[in-house]
Amino acid sequence: MLLSIRSLTKTFPGTKALDGVNFDLRAGEVHALLGENGAGKSTLIKCLTGAYSRDAGTVTLDGAEIAPRSTVEAQDLGIGTVYQEVNLLPNLTVAQNLLFGREPGRFGLISSRAMRAEAKALLAQYGLDLNVDRDLGSYSVAIRQIIAIARAVSLSGKVLILDEPTASLDAAEVRMVFDVVRSLRERGLGIIFVSHFLDQVFDLTDRVTVLRNGQYVTTEDTASLNRVKLIEHMLGRTLQDEVLHSRPADRGPRPEMLSFQGFGRRGAVEPFDLVVGEGEVVGLAGLLGSGRSESAEALFGLKPATGGEAKDQAGKLDLSSPARAIAAGFGFAPEDRKTDGIIADLSIRENIILGLQARRGWARPIARAEQNRIADDYIKRLDIRTSGREKRIGDLSGGNQQKAVLARWLAMNPRFLILDEPTRGIDVGAHAEILHLVHELVAKGMSLLVISSELDELVAVADRVIVLRDRRHIAELTGEAVSGERIMRAIAGGEGG
Amino acid sequence: MNARTLPLYVTIAIFLVGWAICWMQFPNMLSTRVIGNLLTDNAYLGIVAVGMTLVILSGGIDLSVGSVIAFSGVFIAIVLRDTGLHPLMVFAILLVLTTLYGAAMGWLIDRLAMPAFIVTLAGMFLARGAAYLLSIESVPITHEFYQSLTSAYWLMPGKGRLTLIGVLMLVTFAIGIVIAHKTRFGASVYALGGGEATARLMGVRQGRTTVLVYAFSGLMSGMAGIVFSIYTGSGYSLATVGTELTAIAAVVIGGTLLTGGAGYMFGTLIGVLTMGLIQTYIVFDGSLSSWWTRIVIGLLLLIFILLQKGLVKLSEARLAGGAA
Repeated sequence: MLLSIRSLTKTFPGTKALDGVNFDLRAGEVHALLGENGAGKSTLIKCLTGAYSRDAGTVTLDGAEIAPRSTVEAQDLGIGTVYQEVNLLPNLTVAQNLLFGREPGRFGLISSRAMRAEAKALLAQYGLDLNVDRDLGSYSVAIRQIIAIARAVSLSGKVLILDEPTASLDAAEVRMVFDVVRSLRERGLGIIFVSHFLDQVFDLTDRVTVLRNGQYVTTEDTASLNRVKLIEHMLGRTLQDEVLHSRPADRGPRPEMLSFQGFGRRGAVEPFDLVVGEGEVVGLAGLLGSGRSESAEALFGLKPATGGEAKDQAGKLDLSSPARAIAAGFGFAPEDRKTDGIIADLSIRENIILGLQARRGWARPIARAEQNRIADDYIKRLDIRTSGREKRIGDLSGGNQQKAVLARWLAMNPRFLILDEPTRGIDVGAHAEILHLVHELVAKGMSLLVISSELDELVAVADRVIVLRDRRHIAELTGEAVSGERIMRAIAGGEGG
Repeated sequence: MNARTLPLYVTIAIFLVGWAICWMQFPNMLSTRVIGNLLTDNAYLGIVAVGMTLVILSGGIDLSVGSVIAFSGVFIAIVLRDTGLHPLMVFAILLVLTTLYGAAMGWLIDRLAMPAFIVTLAGMFLARGAAYLLSIESVPITHEFYQSLTSAYWLMPGKGRLTLIGVLMLVTFAIGIVIAHKTRFGASVYALGGGEATARLMGVRQGRTTVLVYAFSGLMSGMAGIVFSIYTGSGYSLATVGTELTAIAAVVIGGTLLTGGAGYMFGTLIGVLTMGLIQTYIVFDGSLSSWWTRIVIGLLLLIFILLQKGLVKLSEARLAGGAA
């Protein structure tokens, strides 16, 4: 066994990012590491590359226990990493990037000629013949990715970690990178491959290990695995609360409120059609990177659509920026609450009032008494647990922060509210409360778009579920047809049935 | 050709065109006398700009250099007046002082993760204040060794004088070019300017590099201080106010990206000479107010900032095209 990880544990304040995870890597294999957001993939990799130190467990490389404290140390031990984006410096030449830190030369002076020759020789192993004196930035992402691999392998040479290396490549470029990866497998490297693209996992890898919520789920041979099984492993069937089992009553078709035609954004999500009824809950399901969040961002004008149009009963809507979307009665509670949702250093009151005040314009401040009334009202209605409205919101638990973000939107009374992973990182109790809240909002006639990677949650709240795969809306399930199993099959590639 | 070399060619082209314009109006401009004066008059600026180039390449800024030059002048003058130390000894002490001063600022920038702007702004006031403390008045330097330094020159064909301080500047640039383009330290500086996080991943020792960059700038400020004191024959605490900004302007006109990571030491030399050329033209003309120097420099700066913005946009567009 080349690399062996036993009961690796890593805890961050409030969360157990890794809980006794095992992982084995053989020499000469490509081993996929899979899991949804928060599964612990990136924490595991950071423990391997020295970015994090582990709390417990062992990591053995070639029979010796290792505990790297920095990327450079991990590299020296033999573990190289290639990330999706931040690998190399576009402002340096190809040769400088390849040989950075070990430039050939004499008396402390770098020899350009020796450098050029060494860089050329290194790239020749990968079948590349480039002008190594040109800036890295002038080459395509695929070439850069191969250069990054070449650098990592030449520095480390035992284990290569590929963290989403293909996320910004097109099909031909992916093949190019995969050829390189296969040739490295031939040379006996152990390769860890992290990706959200299941096709690529089946195409390239020998074995698959799945993590979920920081825990080890399973390791299997890729060849013996079928898609539905794999997705089941990844998404799990965590039944958290009885509310999750019950489907909302089938309320039949709703009067149409909003319709989107040919809506899409180049490079993010393919054009789709979507109709939202009054008081309807539409769910978006799909794996990470399938275009779920991208759809929501396009609808809210955060990353505006590059084509298509939006209409309500009164006519066309302008959704080219969040401010315009808000003016059209839209709201958006983003996935990453900490950076995009709350302003951590402001109080609960200030966070709740923020949207309302922004809409009124800063010239007409809301009177303090009115602010207090609104904040107190929502703290009570949403049961935000806090010692008072002036408490710093960053000090609240995740669930209470999420409620405050919801309160901000509710205070503005939108007609269409987008909730991106509304229960992510929230404890079980608050989880159920937020789902109850969703039901209440709908009863009042608000329409919702809910994105969630927890299928049971979608089943519990959505009238209709749209399934995405590879940045495309591929299936739509309504009423009785909405079930965890059906959604999963649609994600895996069998049509909705 | 690399996109980031383009500003260097633009710099050289502007300099040559500028020189040609001057030469057509005043044929004397091509004489070695003018060239000698150009080097002499801008020696201290050139030396300090060598340090500034490295700082800006690393993604930082050093606002303290003007004050450090003034402090250096006053320090040399006072020590020479009040003690019997030989000027060379005084130079050595001063250079150690200013290098440590720069290193200390670099250390603070790295350790406190503070913007270089703030730390060196404090350094600017501190050094200026220290200069005032030493003396408010201009202190003449009368040491005979100094006289010989001031009058040291080589005669060029055409009776132009290549002065010692002019040569010092050229030597400094030669050293700067080697450091920036031929050493691992130089490569680390470019890497930091290109992106700190990536640079760290690639094994750049960020703390060490940052300290060395500002220490080098401190050393260059001390050198410039010595050269300035030889040039003026005195030390004055009110001297070289705003020189840090002139140096930054020279670096930018020399084609270095103000956000770091791209540029050439040689470009800075051309930048300094371009600024000197403008000044010379105005002196030759005689009827123009000297403020025109500033106006032309302002315009040039604007051109280069627009040029760099355009290049960044261009490479982004090309990237997007490559990814699609």
